[in-house]
Amino acid sequence: MKTAVIVFPGSNCDRDMAVALRAATGTAPAMVWHKDSALPGGLDLIAIPGGFSFGDYLRCGAIAAHSPIMREVAAFAGRGGHVLGVCNGFQVLIETGLLPGVLMRNTTLKFVCRDVPLRVEEVRSAFTRGYAPGQEIVLPVAHHDGCYVADADTLAQLDGEQRVAFRYRGAVNGSANDIAGILSANRRVLGMMPHPERAVDAQVLGTDGAPMFRGLAEMMVAA
Amino acid sequence: MKARVFVTLKNGVLDPQGAAIGTALGNMGFDGIGTVRQGKVFEIEMTGSDREAAAERLDTMCRRLLANTVIEDYSVELV
Repeated sequence: MKTAVIVFPGSNCDRDMAVALRAATGTAPAMVWHKDSALPGGLDLIAIPGGFSFGDYLRCGAIAAHSPIMREVAAFAGRGGHVLGVCNGFQVLIETGLLPGVLMRNTTLKFVCRDVPLRVEEVRSAFTRGYAPGQEIVLPVAHHDGCYVADADTLAQLDGEQRVAFRYRGAVNGSANDIAGILSANRRVLGMMPHPERAVDAQVLGTDGAPMFRGLAEMMVAA
Repeated sequence: MKARVFVTLKNGVLDPQGAAIGTALGNMGFDGIGTVRQGKVFEIEMTGSDREAAAERLDTMCRRLLANTVIEDYSVELV
């Protein structure tokens, strides 16, 4: 399985993501700089990592969304490629238009940095196939702007198409319907605020993120 | 030519930062403060003198980058 991690100025989870991908696939991902205008060939998965790309200037993810490489990432997603955006990566995917809605300042106005309980709502995707339906897991979150907001039609559509992948169990940031992660219509783009890549080692923060990377690796190999 | 672009949250969109600012103003002793909404102002210098073309380009800039039209409205003023 061939993967890539996009690196922006201010990304700070790119190496964690690389460690998680390498552990699951046995191969180190390509680290792709935001100014690059081409992706490596034959990719199975692109990960947009967490961090504070461009210092969160303008809106979180807004400047990164217009980086040269994001045009290629959008084209890759358009061809049916798998894209995972975590935390700031989720914000970037939203600003790119690959996922609907918007992520606003937490309603508490506080930066939230702790382990949060989640429910896996949807297992019909390459990202979530490694979990059981309704499985309760714990992943770390670390964000200031994770309050998911969308109009009523979009929220109804996400529910109707079973595209809410993860929900918080309890209040975390004020997100509509406790949404923690959503899938694109073709279920090949996942954006989520919690950090699965920080929970892949029993010695550090648990292993509840590991089934995501294992599931992805198994599916790509099977394909 | 200079443009001023105002980006504000749409009506009905929760603005916790504006609410916190409103509370702070009240705490400071300013009476009669109603709802406070926080927004952004951009000052953009542009070359050329075709105001109509500039207004059109500014509209595109707003839609593509300066505002997130899911939650924000924008208005443009050519100075």
